[in-house]
Amino acid sequence: MSALAASSMFIVLAGLAAVAFGPSVARGLLERLPRRRRAEVIPAYDPGRERRAERRARELMRSVVGPEDCRMYEDLGFLRVLGPTAAVEQGGYGYLIYPHRPIVAFDAESGELLSEYCVAFPDGGQPRGGERLPDADDVLAKWMALHGDEHGLIADANMHLVGRQVDPQHVRRDLRRLAEWEAQRMRPQR
Amino acid sequence: MKPGHGDVLLTEGDPGVSEDEERLIEEFRRQLDAGMWAAVPTAAPGGRREAVMVRDFAEVPRDAEQVIFFPPAAGG
Repeated sequence: MSALAASSMFIVLAGLAAVAFGPSVARGLLERLPRRRRAEVIPAYDPGRERRAERRARELMRSVVGPEDCRMYEDLGFLRVLGPTAAVEQGGYGYLIYPHRPIVAFDAESGELLSEYCVAFPDGGQPRGGERLPDADDVLAKWMALHGDEHGLIADANMHLVGRQVDPQHVRRDLRRLAEWEAQRMRPQR
Repeated sequence: MKPGHGDVLLTEGDPGVSEDEERLIEEFRRQLDAGMWAAVPTAAPGGRREAVMVRDFAEVPRDAEQVIFFPPAAGG
């Protein structure tokens, strides 16, 4: 038998062996894994974990963005970041930051929606807790990246016209809600 | 910041104390080597909250209260 035929036979036999014994071998290997490693493969369901994580994330957000902006997030479900001061004086622009949804840029004077920037902060090294940051952490990460390196973040994002992932009507309604929220907070309390 | 957890304290110390500083630098490098981004919250005059991104421990303001590490951004 030639060397080529012998190697073909080996591959076929190996393939057949994998079909015949594969499941039992895999089961045996899984049983040999330490219990802790197996627990990481299949995370235990904990209905309170996400809630606790979100609570911690909001505390961190409050310490970073301040109580007023944190209140904005708690009341409205998003944060607003205005562009550099000079740009605002010339009309300028701003961003609405939603959890796990694209950042939406808008004209700060007219309220016209400009574009949406799809960006995420996936943590592939954390199988136990899943890949998604808590909502408030996702918003805070975008907030810090916009403040610290706006151009870098925008360059990393996928830019689209508004309407690809976010509903323009929804964003316009959020801008109106934001204006009402700010007006209400400016009004003197009786 | 960690999925499923919120923020986790990695280490703390006074950068003015050499032992603490070494530990802070070591953790800082470990996080950046793992691909994390680092941000330092700041407050501008007038109280406006800001943040700066840092890529080296030397860039961290000496009076910084915390450095926050989070996964790098990717186009979604």
